Formats: sequence, structure tokens, C-alpha cells
Amino acid sequence: MGLVSRAAEDTNRRMLRARDAMDRAYAQPLDVPALARIAHVSQAHFSRTFRATFGETPHRYLQRRRVERAMSLLRDTDRSVTDISFDVGFGSPGTFSRTFRAIVGSSPRAYRKRAAATAGVPTCFTMAWTRPSAGRLPSDG
Amino acid sequence: MRHVFNAITHSQIYVLDQDQALDFYVGTLGLEVGADVDLGFMRWLTVGVPGCPERQVLLEKPGGPALSEETAQQVRELVTKGAMGSLIFSTDDCRKTYETLRGRGVEFTEEPTERPYGMDCGLRDPFGNHIRFTQPKT
Repeated sequence: MGLVSRAAEDTNRRMLRARDAMDRAYAQPLDVPALARIAHVSQAHFSRTFRATFGETPHRYLQRRRVERAMSLLRDTDRSVTDISFDVGFGSPGTFSRTFRAIVGSSPRAYRKRAAATAGVPTCFTMAWTRPSAGRLPSDG
Repeated sequence: MRHVFNAITHSQIYVLDQDQALDFYVGTLGLEVGADVDLGFMRWLTVGVPGCPERQVLLEKPGGPALSEETAQQVRELVTKGAMGSLIFSTDDCRKTYETLRGRGVEFTEEPTERPYGMDCGLRDPFGNHIRFTQPKT
């Protein structure tokens, strides 16, 4: 095993730690400096390295995570769309609705109407498999 | 359809270093070694929950000749990206187990959380494998 592959594995593992932080603390205002600290890499390298590792920018990953959580709250609670937008970490309901529509393809209200029950399946699998797919956002911000 | 199997006896996850895996799965998580045998071509290393020897997890190191060096490298990449193994354990007291393991320095991905099926939380092994443990709803 070469030194290069060891280094790549170490980098993957640190990027995974930052991604786990986004999964866990999605509602907090996570920014590149905070995530770079978790991953123990420089801010300058963080976004590029994350993208090289997981195929999308950290910003996009965090948006998808937040939208996935919002989808869950829309399915399983009666909370208002506005409340949910703040619950999952968006700064404004307008940004939330635009991002939600760009990722899911419908508005939060329309999604709530057609949401199907997923009870009985372990949540970690629901989380992974219902997370909206990458590549549908108009911009990485 | 008639049943053709009796039980799940072994499942497998990839680890990057078997000594380090042993430290973590036995020393930290409290599993016990089921088998640790040098077969020459591989180290057959299994662990299980104490008192449940009938269900073992093989801690396998990716490498040749079973895998080409290129494939083994791909597996190592996937493990460290968190895209490979997953294990789910059950526990009597999720919060207590969480506190115990946190005190041992375990890297948790999720704190104990109420789910429709009970309370569970998530962690990573040193290599990136995803592990959960659940206190089932009574």
C-alpha cells in the first residue's frame, strides 16, 4: 500500500467526519471554516477536497440534508412550512421554498400532500434512501 | 416457499487494520472474539456479542490474493468514505451505553434519538464503517 493511498484514505476519513457533522448539526449555521476545523484541513482546501471525495460541494450536501429533514417533518408533523424552514437551518422561508423546489421538484406544500408513510423502516435507511439526489440544484452558492 | 436456512451465522465488514479493529470492537465496544486464526492466506477474525456466539461478524482486511491491489484500494477508499459496512446492535439502555462509549472516546455520528421502533444512535468505527445500536421499544 503506497503512501499516496494512505493519505487518500486519511483524507476520506476526515471528510467523512465533516459530512457526519453536517448530518448531525444540519440546523446550525455550519460554514466552511467550522467544517474545515472538524476535518483538520485548511479552509482553502476544504470545499475542493470534499467535492473530490463525495462528488458534490459541502454546501450542496448540507442543502440536501436540510431538505431531507424538511421532507421528514412535512411527512410526519403538522408544523407549518415556515417553522420547518427554520427548524432545518434555512435563514428564510423564501430560500427554503426555492431550494426545496429545486431539489425535490415540487413545493413543500405539494410534497406534504402526496407524502407516503415510511413507518417501520429503520430511520438511518430512510434518511439515506429518501435524501434527494445530487445534481439538481441550480447553483452551489 | 419452504425455509432452507436456519440462521444468520456470519456477516462481514471490511476493516483497514485488524489489530486496530480488535482494539475497537473488543476493547472499546465490548464485543468478544469468536475466532482469531492465522490461516496463512488470511487472518480469520470474528467478533460477536458476549453470550451470542451463534452470530459472528468477520472483520476482513481487503487485500490480495482475494482482491487485486486495485480492487482492495477501491474497497479501502469506499470504507473510509463511509460507503461500505453497517452493523446494528441492540442494547437494554441506549443512553447509558452511549455515555459509556462516549467516555471511551467513540466517535458518535448521532446522539440517542427516539424513533418509531425505539431509541437509537449512530457511530463510526475507526475506519468509517457505520454502526448503530437500538434500544427497542418495549
